[in-house]
Amino acid sequence: MKASFRASMAWLHTWCGLFAGWILFAVFLTGTVSYYRQEISAWMRPELHAGGTRTKALRRAETELARRAPHARTWLIELPDARTPSLRIGWSDRDGPGGFTLQTLAPVAPAGGEAPIAIRRTVGGDLFYYFHFDLLVLPFRLGRWLVSLCAVGMLVAILTGVITHRRIFADFFTLRFAKGGARAWLDAHNALGVLALPYHLMITYTGLVTFALMLMPWGIDLTYGGNRAAFQAEMFGQMLPGPRADRPHALAPLAPMLDAAERHWGGGAIGRIAVFNPDDATARVLVTRGDTDRIPITRQSLLFDGTTGAELAARDEAGPVEATWATLYGLHLARFAAPLLRGLFFLSGLVGTAMVATGLILWTTKRAGRAPGRGWRIAAALNAGTIAGLPVAMLALLWANRLIPAALPAREVWEFRSFFGTWLLAFAAATLLGRPLRWGVPFGVAAVLAAGLPVLNALTTGAHLGATLRSGAWGVAGVDLTILASAPVFACLAWMAMRHGAPSRTVRPPGTEGGRVLPVLAGTRRSAATEERAEVR
Amino acid sequence: MAGVALRTVGAVGGGYALAASAAGAAAVWLPLPRAEATLAGMLASFAVFAAAILWCFAARSATRALAGVALPLALLLTAWWGR
Repeated sequence: MKASFRASMAWLHTWCGLFAGWILFAVFLTGTVSYYRQEISAWMRPELHAGGTRTKALRRAETELARRAPHARTWLIELPDARTPSLRIGWSDRDGPGGFTLQTLAPVAPAGGEAPIAIRRTVGGDLFYYFHFDLLVLPFRLGRWLVSLCAVGMLVAILTGVITHRRIFADFFTLRFAKGGARAWLDAHNALGVLALPYHLMITYTGLVTFALMLMPWGIDLTYGGNRAAFQAEMFGQMLPGPRADRPHALAPLAPMLDAAERHWGGGAIGRIAVFNPDDATARVLVTRGDTDRIPITRQSLLFDGTTGAELAARDEAGPVEATWATLYGLHLARFAAPLLRGLFFLSGLVGTAMVATGLILWTTKRAGRAPGRGWRIAAALNAGTIAGLPVAMLALLWANRLIPAALPAREVWEFRSFFGTWLLAFAAATLLGRPLRWGVPFGVAAVLAAGLPVLNALTTGAHLGATLRSGAWGVAGVDLTILASAPVFACLAWMAMRHGAPSRTVRPPGTEGGRVLPVLAGTRRSAATEERAEVR
Repeated sequence: MAGVALRTVGAVGGGYALAASAAGAAAVWLPLPRAEATLAGMLASFAVFAAAILWCFAARSATRALAGVALPLALLLTAWWGR
């Protein structure tokens, strides 16, 4: 490609990073906050009070499902745990997979005569979670494929980044912020990249692994004759409802089955519970082990006869490759992470987000001195709209969660619209505004939104910091506190943008045209001093 | 410019084809139970994809880049032979 291997890889790093960068930034940021998906979801359901035992939640699930969908083909139950105060139930009438109606409930049934707690309908932290691998707005599986392609781009950018940086250790201690301009952005980009390099590599590769079945199903065509369901059944122990006998039969109580499963796993956490043909003599209950107390997400499950509660089959063993797959997958989800480790994952994710952001800004800053062409202007607008606009959109979603009336039907659709609507506004602003304002305005708005959110929370709900800190609801309080802590960061970014971001008139050294040293002068111009001058704005 | 376009096609299209064929070949040729071998191919395929992309832009010419993808691809596709 270029004269040397290293130069070729630097070129690949630049362009691969640029084209994948905008999506990668959004994926990294929304993915990073998804480490606290459960806490954000709990924050977005302020009516939901923690508490209630598993027994009570399970009894509520059995009652509600029997009342709402007595003849369903499949029931799903997800019990509350340490990080999730809510109970989730679902039912489907399909023979095949999917088609579930899902409901989030308070884990304790209202006492006799008491009105049930109306929990607001909300997209919850799930919006960030699904956006980070699906992009949510594209049809079919286009979003997933696009994110996967960008993840491959990230993998290439990481590898080429390491190859390019000869002085990887020294660069880590090289911060020339005082020199400003491209130098400072380059040093920041290097430091952020090296600081959490193992994390960047892990999260990128394991991210691809989570989509392995969609991206690389070709081996299944050879070994299973294209029967993907057979592969999934063998590999992941997935199960579908069997044929009904059409002989009505009452379902045995689920609690003893959960106790038996817990004993079977030596105290391991219960995950999802599926009930097939709940009102029939052929009823089956599949109890799957949870992922909160172990790294690999290997599918371990126990199958019970739903009419008698007798244990029918167990799936425990995983081959070495499946164990590898399950460990990689589990590392990406990090459901196992205890608070401190979760915090470190979160920080590493922020470092990754900042690495992508500094890389994108480096591209435009390096080229800012030239007469800006159309490509540069598009890149600069996309940079501001993505890097400064996305945080505003995320905060707008949380504001919308508190401002949209709790009783409004389909209010979760309005939450969805306020997120994407705000982001579109940010892109419009980034296109219309000049250089300092397109960064300063959204960062300023983000600072105001972040500082105001705990206040808005106190004004609109009873689940504010004053209450949550006192009652020890650390998950919900943590969301408020983290957002509050981000306010000065956004304010600082806005201030920096307004102070340093003013358009500069850079005179480039003579003989450089479009960034390339003219061939005639190549021999004479490439002195260290010229290089230095070319880099500094 | 044409060189860059060719290399990009080789890197994205060819790289994916190479990764997919590697996943298929591993599923057939690895001496493991079929589910395990299939999964092993999937897990390793992304490294193959990334390596192919690097190769396509490191090669001295676009022709060499494409040949470097096409040759192993042809070899791995023999896993499909007779199926």
